[in-house]
Amino acid sequence: MATASRSIPDPAALRRRGRFNPGDGILYGLTLAAALSALVLLILIARELIKDAWPAMKEFGVGFLTSRTWDPNTEVFGAATFLFGTALTSFSALLLAAPISIAIALFLTELAPRWLRGPVGALVEMLASVPSVILGLWGILVMGPWIVDHVGPFLHRTLGWTPFFKTEPAAAPSFLSAILILTIMMVPIISSICRELFLNVPRELKEGALALGATRWELVRGVIFPYARAGIAAAMILGLGRAVGEAIAVTQVIGNNEAITWNLFEPGDTLASRIASSYVGATTHLMISSLVYLALILLAFSLVVNLLARVIVHRVTQQQGHA
Amino acid sequence: MSNAALTARSLTSEHRRRRRIVNWLMEGLATLSALAAVALLVIVVGSVAKRGAGALDLDFFTKNPSFLGFGQGGSGIANAIVGTFIIVGLAILMALPVGILAAIYLNEFAPRRIASAVTVAFDVLNGVPAIVIGIFVFVFIVAGHGQAGVKGAFALAILMLPLVTRSTQEVLALVPNAMREASLALGAPRWRTTLNVVLPMAVGGIITGATLATARVAGETAPLLFTSSLAGNTVSWNPTEPLASIPMFIFTSAEQADPALQEKAWGAALVLITFVLVASIIARAFGLRSRRRLTGGR
Repeated sequence: MATASRSIPDPAALRRRGRFNPGDGILYGLTLAAALSALVLLILIARELIKDAWPAMKEFGVGFLTSRTWDPNTEVFGAATFLFGTALTSFSALLLAAPISIAIALFLTELAPRWLRGPVGALVEMLASVPSVILGLWGILVMGPWIVDHVGPFLHRTLGWTPFFKTEPAAAPSFLSAILILTIMMVPIISSICRELFLNVPRELKEGALALGATRWELVRGVIFPYARAGIAAAMILGLGRAVGEAIAVTQVIGNNEAITWNLFEPGDTLASRIASSYVGATTHLMISSLVYLALILLAFSLVVNLLARVIVHRVTQQQGHA
Repeated sequence: MSNAALTARSLTSEHRRRRRIVNWLMEGLATLSALAAVALLVIVVGSVAKRGAGALDLDFFTKNPSFLGFGQGGSGIANAIVGTFIIVGLAILMALPVGILAAIYLNEFAPRRIASAVTVAFDVLNGVPAIVIGIFVFVFIVAGHGQAGVKGAFALAILMLPLVTRSTQEVLALVPNAMREASLALGAPRWRTTLNVVLPMAVGGIITGATLATARVAGETAPLLFTSSLAGNTVSWNPTEPLASIPMFIFTSAEQADPALQEKAWGAALVLITFVLVASIIARAFGLRSRRRLTGGR
């Protein structure tokens, strides 16, 4: 793509040589304006959110992040419970999704017969295109009752001694439902990135390992994982970003409750799901401002996540380029 | 694991057996994971189909929801179908030209460094959660002015923009440079080269990308919550008032205890998932073909 722009002189150079065509200038200007739209939108989003979160920021300050109260009646708002819920659900989902996604990517690149790779890969990616509102609908009406009736009691019997499954599951909306739904959403994202990573492992390295008598698993552990390690980290970070920002499916299954508890059968709430569930109830100025404050936290987090993943990938491609 | 240790110890058959068992175990787990993901897709789509099929009849597509009381809720989602059609259509109209033009700049005009910086902006925009975009549109143009279908469309367009740009950029990069050079050598100015040579070659891939982006945003609920959720129960074609949409209908109906409304939610989910999956399957197949033609089968 860059070769195109280098082999052809840019409009400014053409103008100097007196061969400038006004059509070129118009197209150049139009496309430049379009290209700047993303940057303009990002700045606009940040500016509007800061502006409208300002009343809440002034009222509650940084204490907003540590206050557990969210009470529209007394107009006292704090994000601590939602931060806790976001962290608990996202990291638990990542814990479940990461090994599964990596395993799927390995199956698709190393294990499956060639004719099977395309179709299975497409099906896994199709899981990502199921709209989140439908996944939430399924989560609350099909998966939720199944957890309450079968999975929950089993977890309570076997792992009841941990803080996570202390009680019998009472109702379908719970942290656990949210974690499982987020896992389902993360798997196709992480596995499709990992698949690309594993495909890029140089053939010579793999063949070398096999020639030394390594089993397939030893090849994976000794060659593929070390080679793709940073990329896998970036994939997990991007998956985490997706989970943290997911609003609809989570709000459908998590129960919208202010609670800080390790008991996964309890209902809870996340930053994104609290914003989504407040779409009709937000009436006062300060409450709307507090919701925007929540959105601002999400925005900041998504920026950090994306740039972090990018930095990791960038550093690795440079290293591998030098090697 | 050092090589000397490896060769010395692999001679013992017991060790070799253990290595083989570990390998076999891991292969089994990987296969199982892939199987589970595929099974999950089948289960989700299957339960939507099973529960939604009962709701689908002619009334479901031609009538509006009527809330007669518990157990009789809803007869159709005509208003939501029309609303989604308008909102998504407007979003395409907003995002597609901007996205394609931006991709042209990135691929045809921009110096390498600027191109990669601008691409970062699109990637970051792509990573902004849908609910945040919904809130942004709310505080930007909804608060104090009221909801409208076109404002919902604007929110969806922001989601679509990076998707369209990225996919168009990838196709433009596949257009052989020889085509550009041939056109310029014939004396065509750069803008005609871009519009009459490069774009026509890439059009298949651009349509593919646009279709995938459309399928993706058509199912989005979060951007519409604060921008086009307070809709009436009648068909409206007017984008300056809040419009109903299929995702919003599913979202609100799923929360109801009324089983009749829940059945309608499943029916709407079946309509939506069919559209999304069929569109993405067709787009993928079509995209593969046009990509192959562009790269000459490579």
